[in-house]
Amino acid sequence: MLANYKYIAFETIVVKEIRRFARIWVQTLVPPAITIALYFLIFGNLIGSRIGGMGGFDYMDFIVPGLIMMAVIQNSYANVVSSFFSQKFQRSIEELLVSPVPNYVILCGFIAGGVARGLAVGVIVTLMSFAFTDLSIHNLPITIIVVLMTAIVFSLAGFLNALFANSFDDISIIPTFVLTPLIYLGGVFYSVDLLPSAGRIVSSFNPIFYMVNTFRYGILGSSDVNIYWSLGMLCLFVLVLYVICIVLLHKGTGLRH
Amino acid sequence: MTSAISIKDLHKTYGNGHKALKGVDLEVEEGDFFALLGPNGAGKSTTIGVISTLVKQTSGTVSVFGKDVATHIYETKLDIGVVPQEVNFSLFEKVMDIVMTQAGYYGLPRPLAKERTEKYLKKLGLWDKRNDRARMLSGGMKRRLMIARALVHEPRLLILDEPTAGVDIELRRSMWEFLQEINANDTTIILTTHYLEEAESLCRNIAIIDEGRIIENTSMKLLLNKLDSQTLVFDLREEIHLGAFEALSIERSRLVDPHSFEVDIGKDEDVNGVFQQLQEHNIGVKGLRNKTNRLEQLFLARLKNA
Repeated sequence: MLANYKYIAFETIVVKEIRRFARIWVQTLVPPAITIALYFLIFGNLIGSRIGGMGGFDYMDFIVPGLIMMAVIQNSYANVVSSFFSQKFQRSIEELLVSPVPNYVILCGFIAGGVARGLAVGVIVTLMSFAFTDLSIHNLPITIIVVLMTAIVFSLAGFLNALFANSFDDISIIPTFVLTPLIYLGGVFYSVDLLPSAGRIVSSFNPIFYMVNTFRYGILGSSDVNIYWSLGMLCLFVLVLYVICIVLLHKGTGLRH
Repeated sequence: MTSAISIKDLHKTYGNGHKALKGVDLEVEEGDFFALLGPNGAGKSTTIGVISTLVKQTSGTVSVFGKDVATHIYETKLDIGVVPQEVNFSLFEKVMDIVMTQAGYYGLPRPLAKERTEKYLKKLGLWDKRNDRARMLSGGMKRRLMIARALVHEPRLLILDEPTAGVDIELRRSMWEFLQEINANDTTIILTTHYLEEAESLCRNIAIIDEGRIIENTSMKLLLNKLDSQTLVFDLREEIHLGAFEALSIERSRLVDPHSFEVDIGKDEDVNGVFQQLQEHNIGVKGLRNKTNRLEQLFLARLKNA
């Protein structure tokens, strides 16, 4: 029996995933950078200068954490859903399924790939933000923990989507009709204080609202929510999604006939 | 000797209600070169799918080298290499990366993975293409790449599902030689094919599956002995006309054209009499061949009777 085979298999999946999104960098790394740069320019710089302050900060400073988080969420999700579904579609996933790699190693490998792309885009967007504002970090551990946990949650969600998907339409429905509205209504561009009480209640059911605000706390030191409550919820999301994915992998849902 | 594969009462009913396997029993000895034949939809690929765990059986057991594939997942998967019927690698990846990645899935450390990748890409004539994207390869090269990928962890059992479909004759022959070489080095091989000549040339034992059941499971030699008669075609050196041919009075013979005739030869008969007749009339024979593939004849007869 080969020693460390699980670690080698995990490393192989991660390297393959990183190689994939690096190979098609024009599709994976450039578009989010351009989109977020336009947000910085239009909402932060041009419109933001007329808005004035938000939540006690310059509008540009207020939206930077939200936009970084938006990039991380979208790219973690997109990487796993597109990569895993493409492998299902091309049947190259069979390479993994016939091999002795345990299900949890397969899942962790794809999640690590999603986190890698989410963080890569997050770093690009953060570096770009320096052109528009002087960013300083209020609480580095919270910032790192929340960005990592968020990337893991949305990588897991992308994996779940890919498991059930049977067509390319199926992998675009959730990002378009669920993820985008949740992100835009998750407090990226505004403080919850601006909403009427009904709006605040609705926002409290949006998980992205907690992630964005906890990350904003890490960067600016200000949040609309209790950060420990948010971190607890993030842990719960990771746990629940991980268990669901493992159970489905074990059952062979969408993979084995 | 241990069985490389032992399948007992294997059933598979798909979600749409289709019963693909209806109680398959099969034993393949270690070191064998085994043919699994059957018409389209007979259950060959489903059987292979269950062995390789891509298909979940409804009931029954599959053991590989004495270990149940459902309970000894790591050990059994390490022993199996699968070459599927259709291309199932990413067409956007480099040839070398595809094989190296598969080696990684089996836990091979990088230096060993590199060494094995080089070994099998060279053996299968793909080393010069190692840095090409897989989509640039011809159909035959893609099939060879799947064989290299299946062998990189050096399994004791290699399962090939139609490995030479759509491959030209020259390449097919070279793949046969390669498969015979690895079988000689103690790798058990199970082959499904539509080319019955391929099964006859390569395999020692054979099973025929039809409508989800094994209808024949024997050695190639015994199966071919069941053939009641075969039709031999004699190619002549010179032209012969119908009158002269009829004067030879060869039983159960027909003139095909002025340069050849065919004779039906029974299981217990020989062709000496035919040669004697030809010699007496000074007719030279340029060549002698079977009209049809013997296995094909048997295969069709067996399916008809099933």
